[in-house]
Amino acid sequence: MASIFGACKSGTESSNASAVDMVAEGEPQVAEVTGAPKVPAPVGDRGPKKWIVNLETTEIEGVIADSINYTFWTFNNTVPGSFIRVRVGDEVTLNLKNAANSVLPHNIDLHAVTGPGGGAEATTAAPGKEASFTFKAINPGLYVYHCAAPPVPMHIGNGMYGLILVEPAGGLPKVDREYYIMQGDFYTKASAAKKGLYEFDNDKAVAENPDYVLFNGKKGALLGPNMIEAKVGETVRLFVGNGGPNLTSSFHVIGEIFDNVYLEGGSKISHNIQTTMIPAGGSAIVEFKCEVPGEFVIVDHSLSRAFNKGAIGKLKVTGEPNHKVFKKHEKK
Amino acid sequence: MFSILKRYKFLLVIFLFACNNQQIDNTVNNDVSTSNAHSNTIHTTTTDVKMVYIPGGEYKPFYGSDSILTKVAPYLIDERAVTNAEFLAFIKDNPQWRRSNVKRIYADTTYLKDWQSDVELPKDAKPNAPICYVSWFAAKAYAHSVGKRLPTLDEWEFMAMADETSANAREKVTYSDNIISLYLLKGRQFNEVKQTKPNYWGVYNVFDLIWEWTDDFNSILTTNDSRSGQYEDKSLFCAGSATSSTDVLNYAAFMRFALRTSVKANYTIANLGFRCAKDTTIIK
Repeated sequence: MASIFGACKSGTESSNASAVDMVAEGEPQVAEVTGAPKVPAPVGDRGPKKWIVNLETTEIEGVIADSINYTFWTFNNTVPGSFIRVRVGDEVTLNLKNAANSVLPHNIDLHAVTGPGGGAEATTAAPGKEASFTFKAINPGLYVYHCAAPPVPMHIGNGMYGLILVEPAGGLPKVDREYYIMQGDFYTKASAAKKGLYEFDNDKAVAENPDYVLFNGKKGALLGPNMIEAKVGETVRLFVGNGGPNLTSSFHVIGEIFDNVYLEGGSKISHNIQTTMIPAGGSAIVEFKCEVPGEFVIVDHSLSRAFNKGAIGKLKVTGEPNHKVFKKHEKK
Repeated sequence: MFSILKRYKFLLVIFLFACNNQQIDNTVNNDVSTSNAHSNTIHTTTTDVKMVYIPGGEYKPFYGSDSILTKVAPYLIDERAVTNAEFLAFIKDNPQWRRSNVKRIYADTTYLKDWQSDVELPKDAKPNAPICYVSWFAAKAYAHSVGKRLPTLDEWEFMAMADETSANAREKVTYSDNIISLYLLKGRQFNEVKQTKPNYWGVYNVFDLIWEWTDDFNSILTTNDSRSGQYEDKSLFCAGSATSSTDVLNYAAFMRFALRTSVKANYTIANLGFRCAKDTTIIK
């Protein structure tokens, strides 16, 4: 009996058709979601379940760089929005609440959703209102979600994007560290209506000429005390998304080679990659082992963005040097 | 004798049944008909708001084909939004529109949110600030009470093409940008009306206080997903899509239309109010 069940399981779970028929067990529970660079706990080997994901759309002032205030539009008050983590076969009820003090309507298009608009039409919520829909996660992968209310480039340009990970049955292989990084391009100008505040610049956006290209919505979000960390000997997995709205990312970690890259966030794994291309509205999962200590600089290797527009962060690796791998020669 | 009684009884039953039917019909009518049902019972409210003459003309709607112009007949429009004080007066005269009396199908749960009671404005609310948290039904009823109506979407957009110095500023580089800057400010709805400059026609606060109901707010656009770029059924256009808009850089208009597509007639929202309009036979 067990062997028949086992055979069925391994045989069916590789196709989307069977994912549709997977039974999500139990009563719906509220899913844990996290702000970057944190990610929720791995799904492990649990079976499909029912989840409730609560997201709130907000329009808030925040710091974009140095002491510059910018009007961000967000999911759950962070840029990028909360990381959602489910597995294939999970049934997800997504509740989108638009804050009462929002000026505009918002919605959500999740690229992990199979259905009209990725949920955008079903979730359009006027200020103060809520909208909801349920979907089944049938394709594993790392997917971007974003607001698709018009004008869409403006909603995305103001920070309305995030990632949803759909793990395969059995979960992704275990690693020591996981982090959530999302790139976005920002187009700013001084507000004509409020002194000291910056806001979205339509002309710069159309020209695709951003003032800032940032990881996690803020210059320095992964620098100084905000560096992500690992120890020598540990394996690191980065869930990297690109919200755009316009630029693609040449994602690179200086001094590391990606052992594995889940290309474009999908199921194909490539090995020994230096720089991986991440389209706007796309993602990649990169994995590497930290062999030696040091500060490893995370960049968009379209380098003017890193050195002039903010697309720079750091991974700090602590531990013992491994001179077999790297040795600096001191001149006497 | 028995047979006569029997016949009488039979007739009586038919009579009662007929009455019942009629009653049910009446109830149904009262529930489903909207402005008509109310119009019978709406009491006149007075207002001293000045109305501005708009000569109308042909204009290119934001949605639709480039080559199709829409004709707008001359009309009068309130120079400013309906205020808290005016709506309070209307509420006093029309108890059926008080928060505790209004039916959910005409106004959702946030109707007149923050009012201290049925007949008291929110604490700290300025009497001369625009009324918000009102449904389309409530706005219609108010307009009726002052002998007016809501502006049509075309009338509203025609008037809104103006900036301070010209009737049609859509081609100006700064037109949409300036409006967006205003749109992005929160809490504008708490400011008093007429504190900023009027537009070319003499209409105040077109962009800097609130979103405004129009009579046919839901007539043009149906889909909330802005990217489908197709005609919807009933020859209605989809929202926000670059392929059906005549002016893809007018982000301010996209924002207005996005708001309109996201609301239903019984919705009440923190920054959504209205002003009234009226037909005119004058042609200047």
